[in-house]
Amino acid sequence: MSRKPYRRPVSTSRWWLAQPRYIRYMAREVSCVFIGAYTGVVVVGLLRLSEGAAAWGAFLEALQAPASVAFHLLALAFALYHTTTWFNVTPRAMPVQLGEARLPGGVIIGAHYAGWALVSALILFLAGG
Amino acid sequence: MSERQVDLEILRYNPETDEVPAWRTYRVPCQEDWVVLDAINYVKDELDRTLSYRWSCHMAVCGSCGVMINGEPMLSCKAFLRDLPDRIRVEPLANFPIERDLIVVMDDFMAKLDSVKPYLVPREEKPIEDGEHLQTPAQLNKFKQYTLCINCTLCYAACPQYAHNESFVGPAALALAHRYNLDSRDVGRAAREDVVASNAGIWECSFVGACSDVCPHDVDPAGAIQQIKIASTMDYFKDLLMPGRGR
Amino acid sequence: MARSNKPIVWALFAAGGTFAAFVTPVMILVTGLAVTFGLLPAETLAYERMLAMVQNPVGKGLVFLAVFLPAWHAAHRLRITAHDFGIRADTAVMAVCYGLAALATLVAAFALLRV
Repeated sequence: MSRKPYRRPVSTSRWWLAQPRYIRYMAREVSCVFIGAYTGVVVVGLLRLSEGAAAWGAFLEALQAPASVAFHLLALAFALYHTTTWFNVTPRAMPVQLGEARLPGGVIIGAHYAGWALVSALILFLAGG
Repeated sequence: MSERQVDLEILRYNPETDEVPAWRTYRVPCQEDWVVLDAINYVKDELDRTLSYRWSCHMAVCGSCGVMINGEPMLSCKAFLRDLPDRIRVEPLANFPIERDLIVVMDDFMAKLDSVKPYLVPREEKPIEDGEHLQTPAQLNKFKQYTLCINCTLCYAACPQYAHNESFVGPAALALAHRYNLDSRDVGRAAREDVVASNAGIWECSFVGACSDVCPHDVDPAGAIQQIKIASTMDYFKDLLMPGRGR
Repeated sequence: MARSNKPIVWALFAAGGTFAAFVTPVMILVTGLAVTFGLLPAETLAYERMLAMVQNPVGKGLVFLAVFLPAWHAAHRLRITAHDFGIRADTAVMAVCYGLAALATLVAAFALLRV
């Protein structure tokens, strides 16, 4: 009997379209593009800030442009997707065992959301104050 | 019990006569409580004796019957027809070479399992007269989840990184390494790291998580790999900052 | 097979990802949306206020972290994403991704030291 194993080719660029879970994974990964781009915006802002009030004023005006607003809305959506996917896997990446039992994943995730709400509230308060 | 006509589309491949695999459709009268394995067995018994496939326990503990069912890696003995449409595509497990029909070549997986030293490396050699290694329930619970793997390789079929890079050690093998690393009776973590913490080991994983999704026993290999990444990263920096520390 | 050097970038990826998960959404809201949509007054982002924040050593440090950590997180993830989209030139991708993060780090440091 002769063997002739057959290797099925897999697309390196379109494999993720085959299943919803792969598409959700790619959406999570692509969030980095927006987080990275937003970080770039912050860097430009810092640069303008260091150049003086006029430069900063121009930067603030540019932030109000429709394209900028659209980008920030998209970036916010992806940033939130990053936050939820990051928190959701924490109990699996860092399980906590107390005695014989494991701390329920919901408790760990809930604690993260609570911390996130606290940090967000703090920053909003400091900004608005 | 009522019967249901199901069209089973099976990817056939005979290495002695075929250049490429091809689909064949079989109409199977199915019972309500059947699983896909029952339908496949019907094909072999009544319609086409040449069909080749693996199965054994028919109760999801042996790990033999993994196949792709409508694109999803599943144990054919655990895929209930009541949860599936009338047209069912059955293919051999993805990401493995097809040997014949629904049988895939498992050699790479067997080698991967072997490579992670899947056995206890005890602190000292203990003669039998000295009795067992003692372990508390708490110590057992730390790694028990990772002992449940039945080596069905559904996780490898689901993993896109394994699909693109055959040298990836893979979910089940890494979860198995983790099982021993977490075992209080074992001190072999350093010995395993050459394979586990290599570029083809945990670092090939991008936490897609599909492996854990399809695992029939909730082993969560993806979680295991992330835990190894954290432990390995801490080891790496400890070694960097304190070279020559005993482990 | 030898031990990988990935832990270095992965540590940054993990730290940055954690930081971004907690801080980035509210930062985007405050800097890019809140004033435009009237959730916060325009003075929130006033020059003197922002300048005071980054001239303060604590503020300077925090703002630097808010650039450094997410930048290296995004860089590493982008490297992996490029691979996921089928781009196999890892060396080139690394250069672009980590290069951008390094650039962001340097420009931010330069700006923060200048104010």
